[in-house]
This record gives sequence, structure tokens and C-alpha cells, in this order.
Amino acid sequence: MGSEVPVISVSHVGKAFGDKQVLEDISLQVDRAETFGILGPSGSGKTTLVKLLTGIDEVTSGEVKVLGVTMPKLSMLQQIGYMAQSDALYTELSAKENLEFFAALYGLKGAERSQRIKAVMELVDLQEHLRKRVDQYSGGMKRRLSLAIALLHEPPLLLLDEPTVGIDPVLRLSIWKELKALNQKGTTIVLTTHVMDEAEKCDRLGMIRDGKLLAADTPAGLLQATGSTSIEEAFLYYGGVRS
Amino acid sequence: MRIRAITLRILRQFIHDKRTMALMFIAPLIVLSLMSLVFNGDAYEPKIGVSGVPLNISAALKEHNATTTIKEYDSEELGKSALVEGKIDALITLDGKAGNSGVIPQVLLEGSNPTANKAVIMTLQKLSQKLLPSTEEQLQLQPQISYLYGSENMKTIDRFGPIMIGVFVFFFVFLIAGVSFLRERTTGTLERLLSTPLKRWEIVLGYVCGFGIFTVFQALLISWFSIQILGIMMTGIFGYVMLITLLLSMTALTLGTLLSAFAANELQMIQFIPLIIVPQIFLSGLFPLDTLPLWLQHIGYATPIYYGSEALMNIMIRGKGWSAIALDVYVLIGFSLLFMVLNVLALRKHRRM
Repeated sequence: MGSEVPVISVSHVGKAFGDKQVLEDISLQVDRAETFGILGPSGSGKTTLVKLLTGIDEVTSGEVKVLGVTMPKLSMLQQIGYMAQSDALYTELSAKENLEFFAALYGLKGAERSQRIKAVMELVDLQEHLRKRVDQYSGGMKRRLSLAIALLHEPPLLLLDEPTVGIDPVLRLSIWKELKALNQKGTTIVLTTHVMDEAEKCDRLGMIRDGKLLAADTPAGLLQATGSTSIEEAFLYYGGVRS
Repeated sequence: MRIRAITLRILRQFIHDKRTMALMFIAPLIVLSLMSLVFNGDAYEPKIGVSGVPLNISAALKEHNATTTIKEYDSEELGKSALVEGKIDALITLDGKAGNSGVIPQVLLEGSNPTANKAVIMTLQKLSQKLLPSTEEQLQLQPQISYLYGSENMKTIDRFGPIMIGVFVFFFVFLIAGVSFLRERTTGTLERLLSTPLKRWEIVLGYVCGFGIFTVFQALLISWFSIQILGIMMTGIFGYVMLITLLLSMTALTLGTLLSAFAANELQMIQFIPLIIVPQIFLSGLFPLDTLPLWLQHIGYATPIYYGSEALMNIMIRGKGWSAIALDVYVLIGFSLLFMVLNVLALRKHRRM
């Protein structure tokens, strides 16, 4: 990538809530147009790391830089599309009203807003349910709507916390296709997952356990380094469990 | 722009949520109507039993007030058992042993209901005045009563009405605003909001605007209903009633959203009612504050409802103008601004920038 600054640069980051150390000395870099997967069991600190990247939370030690800017920084939030682990939707409103609300928060208006709403709803295959109230949506539909909202303002960096939970395999495949297409257009994607087969689709993977980054490499690199045949095996290797 | 988006969103949520709308608009009207019926009720008419009383006193009792129920009992025992059973409020007997001229009536009150006790004593006092021969002098000493505020037709509801308008507006707005802000947090939408370039004060202001529009209508409806439909005494300017009601709503809204930061769920928000709302009602002027211990009076001065009901009483009962309510208006605005600033600071817990 030459002299280009990395989209994300995390150096020696630690995060503690009170006495509880959630993340310890994490360093990693994510380059432009990459899909970086954060893999780890629940409670390993994935969500905390993502929140540090958004700037909602602040590091206890170390430094997080997004597009060369030290986080947290309010203006950087315009550059980030965030999808939280819980579907943060206003269930008494329709999908359209939810989209319009978030579009307005990101400063989209008029024809551009309508055009973007149409585009993202087509992307997640919900265009027929645009006017439906969200409390009538299924779990998977809500997940897709959350993703659509994260994509609304065409951010150069997408932070997706467990984006494909509750989505059926067919749709999951199509969402991955779209994520890859966004990569092609230059969008950087960081996502968390605990699904091993999904991890293989990422360009690079970071394995987290108990708040520590065990390894970060391409899926193939991880397999090779550990002499494993599957990502799951590799994960167990780094976790200190050897068969 | 972003504030407008939040305002619009809150309005849309309200429109979709008919039940909450009803709670905000209809519930206060129902409670106020009920209150008006309760406090507008006619004065309590005591039921008095007599036993062994000369006929002339019995007759005078009946003559004095046709609505007072007089029951005659053949013996004192029968009268007493009626008293025990709660059929009568008082039993009058005469000590038969004394001479006819020096009899002293003995009144035994049922005693468990102060209202009934007072009603019996009032009736008997008026009766004894009537039975005693009155002289010309006594009639001349009869004081002439006139009213600076209110009138002799003023009812309990006229006194309680202004306070209760304030209390109910405060209560319902506090609860609804508090719970809806709390739900932003528990459903994760607050975190989602904070992941956008939205500033913390924009969230608080958006809430104030969104709810503000509804509270304008609420204030208008409640004030109009209380005065025009329930006929609560109103001698002042309607616009001032609106202003005070609206300012109270704002205080309730900002306090509710602020306190929701300290509640983990809806139930914990409800737990603020006995802590925040009920003491304010007691200190609102519903009961005379002067008789309370000094420290309790001082707490009263720190509660928004106190200023709201003070101003509403000044407008509605005493017909006073701006100069009498100006201080209350400023204090209520001050409360709202304080709670808003504290809320912006409380949101730092979720995002520091």
C-alpha cells in the first residue's frame, strides 16, 4: 500500500472497566479496501474493540487511529458506518422512517436521501418491506435493516459487530457478495464473528481470546503457521489447546 | 437539522403509539374529572341518633336541617348498638337524673371519621345557638364577612385544582419522557445515536423539542378542560396558565430524561415515583407548608411542583398577573436548563466526546 496511511491503526491498546481488564496490549493494522475479521468466542472483547474503533469508548492505554486521526474524534463518525450487535432500531416506526431518521443524522437530504434509501434496501433485499413497521420484522430482517442503515451514508469504513447472526445461509451469501463488492469500491470493512467458516471469507483475521490478540494474518497464513486444516483448529492451537 | 430529525422521529413514534398518546392526553383528564367529582361532593350530612331527649330538641334538630338524619331510639342501649354498627355518627342522650332545667346533653361520637365528627359538632353548635334566646346585641355583633380572593362559593376543588393540574402534568410527562429516554439506552438505539456525528446536546435538545410539541397540546387541553368543562375557579389570564403548565412539563421532561440515566430498566424508572413525585405533591402547597418543620419547608422550595402550583394558584384563584408569577417562571426555566445541562453531562457516561 506504499505510503498510504492505514485505515485503522491500533497500537498497544488496553481497555479496563474498573478493575476488569477487557483488552490487553492489542496492536493491529487494517489497510484500505480490506475485509478484516475479528474472530473470538463471546466475552473475548470483540465488541469492546469495535467500540474503541468507533470512538464511542475510549482506550485506557495505547492509541487508536482511524484514517490517521487519533480516536475518539466526533468528526470521524461521519466516516464510519457502524452496525451494533443489538439491532438498534425504533421498532414502532417503519423501516422507511428509521432510514430517514438515520439519513438525516448523517446529513443526507432530498433526492440523495431517497436514492440512498432505495439503494441500501435493495442491497439487503428488503425493498418490498420498506413501509412495514419494524416490530413486524423477523430477526433476520432486522439484522439486514441494521446493515442497510450502516451503509446509508456510504462510509469509507464499515464496522460491523456480528453482522450475519440470524440471517439464513442464502442471504448470508448474498450479503458477503455485497461486502466484497464494497471492498472493490474501496470500502474497508472490519467485522466480528464467531462463525469459523465465515472467518475464511475475510482477507485477514485477528484472533482474540480473553482480551489478547493471539494472531493476525490471512486465513491461509494462519493455517500454514499452525499446520492446521481448518480455522477452528488454528484457533484452538493459538488458544493453547492442542490435539 | 439533526435536532429536527430527532424531533420528527419522536413525533412519529408518538403517532404510532396510540396508547402512550392516550396516557398523555386522556389519562390526566380522567383523573382530574374524578378528582373534581370527589372534592365537589356536597358537605357530609351527619346521621344523629337521639334517645330520651325531650321532643322540643328533637324537633329543633329536624327543623334546623332537613337533610340531617335524626333517628330516635327507645333506650340508650339500642342507640349505642346502632352506633357500634355504624348506622349513626353520634348519639345524644340526656342525663335523666338531673332536674329538668339543668340537663346536660351527652353526645357520644362514633369517632373514627374526623369529617363526620366535625359535621356533628357543627350541627350541634348551630343548633345550640338557635335554641338559646338571642338578644339584639348579639345580632349586631354578627361579623360581616367578605373575601379578598375567592368567594364563599369556593369549593375544595377550586383550591386543589390548580395544584393538581400541575401535579398531573408533571407526573405523566416525567414518566413518559423518562421511560422513552431509558428505552433508547436499553434497546441500544442510544449507542447507535452516539455512533453518528450527533452531539450530546443535540440529543437532549431534540428530546426537548419533540416532547415540547406534544406538551404544548397537552398543556392546552388540560388547562382548557379543567377550566371550561370542570369549571375550576379561574380568575386570571388563560395564557399564563398555559405558560406555567408548559414550563412544568419542560421541567418534568428534562428531569425525567436526566433521571432515566440512573435507572437500569422501566421498573427502576417507576421506582422514582415515590421518591421524586410523591414528596413533591405533599410539599406543593396542597397542605399548608407553614406548619411543617423548617427543614421540610426548605426541601419544598427545591421542588419544581411547588413553584408551578404556587404560580397556578396565584393566576387561577387570586387572578394575579405577571409580577406575581415572574419569579416562579424564572425558577422553572432555571430548573429545566439545569436538568438539561446535567443530562448532557450524564450522557458523557456513554460517549465522552
